[in-house]
Amino acid sequence: MNIAFTEIQETIRMVQMESLDVRTVTMGISLRDCIDADAEKMNEKVYQKIVGYAGELRETAEQVEKEYGIPIINKRIAITPAAELLGQASTDDAVMLAKTLDQAATDIGVDFIGGFSALVHKGTTRGDNVLLKSLAEALSETERVCASVSVATTATGINMDAVREMGEIIHDAAVRTQDQNGIANAKLVVFCNPVEDNPFMAGAFHGSGEGEAVINVGVSGPGVVLNALKKHPDADLGEVSEVIKRTVFKITRAGELMGRVVADRLELPFGIMDLSLAPTNAMNDSVAEILEEIGLERVGTHGTIAALALMNDAVKKGGAMASSYVGGLSGAFIPVSEDNGMIKGLEDGALSLNKLEAMTCVCSVGLDMIAVSGDATPASLSGLIADEMAIGMINKKTTAVRIIPVPGKNEGDLVEFGGLLGRAPVIGISPFNSDKMIARGGRIPAPLQSLIN
Amino acid sequence: MEQQRAVITVVGKDQVGIIAKVTTALADNQLNVLDISQTILQDFFTMMMIVDLSRAADLEKLQADLEKIEQDMQLQIDMQREDIFQSMHRI
Repeated sequence: MNIAFTEIQETIRMVQMESLDVRTVTMGISLRDCIDADAEKMNEKVYQKIVGYAGELRETAEQVEKEYGIPIINKRIAITPAAELLGQASTDDAVMLAKTLDQAATDIGVDFIGGFSALVHKGTTRGDNVLLKSLAEALSETERVCASVSVATTATGINMDAVREMGEIIHDAAVRTQDQNGIANAKLVVFCNPVEDNPFMAGAFHGSGEGEAVINVGVSGPGVVLNALKKHPDADLGEVSEVIKRTVFKITRAGELMGRVVADRLELPFGIMDLSLAPTNAMNDSVAEILEEIGLERVGTHGTIAALALMNDAVKKGGAMASSYVGGLSGAFIPVSEDNGMIKGLEDGALSLNKLEAMTCVCSVGLDMIAVSGDATPASLSGLIADEMAIGMINKKTTAVRIIPVPGKNEGDLVEFGGLLGRAPVIGISPFNSDKMIARGGRIPAPLQSLIN
Repeated sequence: MEQQRAVITVVGKDQVGIIAKVTTALADNQLNVLDISQTILQDFFTMMMIVDLSRAADLEKLQADLEKIEQDMQLQIDMQREDIFQSMHRI
């Protein structure tokens, strides 16, 4: 069918002026067949398997970018949760595994490798324990390795012992990387209800229900949605939802096509399309600015949650129509450091940690890339995690915490993380402690699925 | 051989020889032009071509040739596979 000139111009404008891109093509690889009691042998198998499957990933993706004229910003790998490999390993072996993963990622030129993960929402196995004990060291001595730990689900409740341990690990990792503003924690997510096919970092891992290897794609495109909305300044909110839906449909179709071409050329199955609007620090590539375009003076003010709920739902509806296989986290991310509008909201005092928590009830994930003052105690960090896990558990959705205590920095300071990770104003946390609750430990039981008012 | 269609768009200030230079580069690289439409929008030369890439041996060289024309004549030239437009704008 003939394509109209205006349609071609629209696509080119989206790429060149409005930052349309495919955020990531992520290859999921199962490493379960690499398990070996001999740590060195296991590392060798892991390295060979990753390089074998993903050796051509970067080159193939770059070729597809060129042919279709839409950039693919990141090429990434997600692996089997590493704790599953570590049942017979020592903490040192686990750190060595992380370094092997880092080396493999560097050698084949992918941006991140995710899945240094453990799923402990109900209990902790020996392998999980080894991974958790090694986590702070592994993250501070590697560059591209991303980790996630599931500590809660709607079906099992919240493992508060794991929540307590995560507070300690985050605190430890911050201290270990204090020269780099605690960057280790930018690569660590604590999850409630994690998904097995998420292509986005830091929370990507290749779940146990997945196949041998798969290609998953995450699109982006807040800039495109923002510009589409600017053309309808007087539309009512039903029409705003319609505009977002239509725009996201187009973005998703572009992403899915490119993902399928990459998968096809690598002779791997295409897994899912993740419909998330992921912001970057580029001009106008901001989720917060979409909310402001809907009609808020500054993100964080009254009405923010309603606007975010509308946007998140419209993104899902548009994307679900466009792709046969939707998965991952699919919605809108609200990472603070990666979104200029969110940074401005915090600096102007319109946005606060409390409002961010509330926003996570209706967005796709959770508290993301938030810098907090370095004097936050492990128990306070655990308390903050527990709150976010409770929101996810009760609302039957994924929530996550990626929080970065910055040693030596206080409320109001600005810290730079560099690259896609951006920069963030440091937020102070509550001066009142949650020590006793965290010290109690145990499990918060799974919630009722009926009587849900 | 099956066609591999791509869309080439050329935008820039109108001047002598744009079509000549662009189509020469295409011919040199064995690209067949299937459709062409051209207009002047507010003094800007705007051209859209559908081409068949299936006989082009070296896409890198083609892109380098087009980039040279882009610089010499101060134009903006984009080439993208046609299926991206089909995907985005047609169900």
